Amino acid sequence: MEQRAGGSRIVDFDLEKQTVRELNQYLHKELPKNGVEEVRIFNPDGAHHIAVGMDAPAKVDIMGNAGYFVAGMNKHAEVTVRGSVGWSVAENIMSGTVRVEGYASECAGASGRGGLLVIEKDASSRCGISMKGNDIVVGGSVGHFSAFMAQAGRLVVCGDAGDGLGDSLYEAVIYVRGEMKGLGADAREEPTTEEDHASLAGLLERAGFDHDTEEFKRVASARSLYHWNADRDQGY
Amino acid sequence: MGIDREDVAGLEESSLYNRRVQAWIQTAAERGRYDIRGLGAKRKVPHFDDLTFLTGSASRYPLEGYRERCDTETVLGSRYAKNPIRLDIPITFAGMSFGSLSANVKEDLGRAATELGTSTTTGDGGMTDEERDSSETLVYQCLPSRYGFDPDDLRRADAVEVVIGQGAKPGGGGMLLGQKISERVADMRTLPAGIDQRSACRHPDWTGPDDLTIKIEELREITDWEIPVYVKVGATRVENDVKLAVKAGADVVVVDGMEGGTAATQDVFIEHAGIPTLAAVSQAAEALEDMKMTGEVQLIISGGIRTGADVAKAIALGADAVSIGQGAMFALGCNSEVWHDENGEPVSAVEDYEKLGTKPGFCHHMHTGMCPVGIATQDPELEKRLDPEWGARRLRNYFQTLNMELTTLARACGKSNVHHLEKEDLASLTIEAAAIAKVPLAGTDWIPGKF
Ligand code: SF4
Repeated sequence: MEQRAGGSRIVDFDLEKQTVRELNQYLHKELPKNGVEEVRIFNPDGAHHIAVGMDAPAKVDIMGNAGYFVAGMNKHAEVTVRGSVGWSVAENIMSGTVRVEGYASECAGASGRGGLLVIEKDASSRCGISMKGNDIVVGGSVGHFSAFMAQAGRLVVCGDAGDGLGDSLYEAVIYVRGEMKGLGADAREEPTTEEDHASLAGLLERAGFDHDTEEFKRVASARSLYHWNADRDQGY
Repeated sequence: MGIDREDVAGLEESSLYNRRVQAWIQTAAERGRYDIRGLGAKRKVPHFDDLTFLTGSASRYPLEGYRERCDTETVLGSRYAKNPIRLDIPITFAGMSFGSLSANVKEDLGRAATELGTSTTTGDGGMTDEERDSSETLVYQCLPSRYGFDPDDLRRADAVEVVIGQGAKPGGGGMLLGQKISERVADMRTLPAGIDQRSACRHPDWTGPDDLTIKIEELREITDWEIPVYVKVGATRVENDVKLAVKAGADVVVVDGMEGGTAATQDVFIEHAGIPTLAAVSQAAEALEDMKMTGEVQLIISGGIRTGADVAKAIALGADAVSIGQGAMFALGCNSEVWHDENGEPVSAVEDYEKLGTKPGFCHHMHTGMCPVGIATQDPELEKRLDPEWGARRLRNYFQTLNMELTTLARACGKSNVHHLEKEDLASLTIEAAAIAKVPLAGTDWIPGKF
């Protein structure tokens, strides 16, 4: 049902009455052509795949908890989840913004290539796994093995980080404000530079947090796994 | 041949510690590391060669060779996809990565596939414009590494293949050594150029079979349920894996046996993991039958399919189509003594093989990036050794030959459609094949373990 609010065109979907498939087909096929600026989704009730494959610069407001893969492969859209999300929110995100006002389960922002994912509360394990250029800001803490094999992009953790942080990192950079339970293979803490502070300040501002950047530690790759070496630790 | 008295007397070679094994141990002792190499298992395993066709006679009525019609049309992905794949032949090109192969080769595969009315498949490293533009039907792989994975490419694909494993290294992920990570490859994979690159062995955003169901639905939602979703597994616990893939909602299951090739992985993995394709096809077909999904979910078999006879036997055992990787490499001149210059003149590559420490016929050195015939390389000079026109023609001829052999055998079995080939058209030549493929030993009705 379409309505106008403050001059912008808004369409509402109610997942008690409509299916996720109908919603996604609308978002893919009609929305890019019809000039609607905002879509509100009521009664998401933990459904999977809400607003996956977005390819238009619209606002999508999900009024409750969502399941797996919400906003997966997002391009251009600004998606807000007014609740918590299941696994792999914004996986393979390319651009745009995805904001989760609650908590995120595992693999948040996995393998994303651009754009920004904000989790206002905590994210579970493997947050930012395999990330390839996206930015993730977590207001709370992240679980173990976060940023595993992360290739590019920035993961900002305003709370604590679980064990094995940044295991097998490539060129992604992690900033952690709280405690780090343990670093993964080839991840190391490094001094922060002016550049780090500037980039972190920009990200925090976009994410809506006002922490002092001096409180953050920087973790990056020691690059000792960049070349396969038979003589190194045989545990690997 | 008589017994060599000298051997018996004093020079008897150990079968366990023969000269090859001794040399291997000595090399291991010298280097302290395992070998990494390309291609597939070299050891002898039970294979399609161990089966033969029971072609027409008094009890079966054959069709006239190359006169009477024998259909080869193949439909893949009819279970849920709005637009299933329709191929003219049941022989497809397997996924091979840009990075491992040059952009020219990827383009060749696409051109040949288009001319043949079949499909080709991307690989680790994403989709190149060259292969999309040249391929009428392109299957886009969704691999654990997700290198270069792009929703725009997904939307322009004709099918998507979730790769769980590969026959050469089931459970093993992948490697692309630094010498092959050119600027373009690095850029597509979001990695620094020149580093040894590890392709993940697990998907980043899902783990078990229940998650796979949800992942498949995500891919369907993004593509509006239009294109088929394939699931590819390396052949290990085939029965369970096929059943789980079907339950997870796959339209097509691809099973890759241990003879399947790779660009680079540990030799120990290539030779000692997975089960032969012959065993895999039978188990996979039985799993579909058990689930009453034969015909609804299609089965593609790959790993060591070389000839039209191999294709026909795979189909008779229950495959809907086959996929070929290494055969395509050989068609392009892999392991050939020569490459061809711009005038089509042969130029010896023997010295270049020697530089790699090998010889034509024995090369498995794609991991080096210094392919003597310009196939598995990112080196601009070496790439020039493979003329795209020439390559596409060779691939087309090779697949055409396979298809002719396939239809010849099918007609001789009295089939007007290659998909009508069945197990009853086969006999086994060895006890192993009879037990594995559950095809009676030739001249008997005996299937070991069954009757
Ligand atoms: S000839 Fe080239 S493609 Fe063939 S095995 Fe050697 S390096 Fe690989």
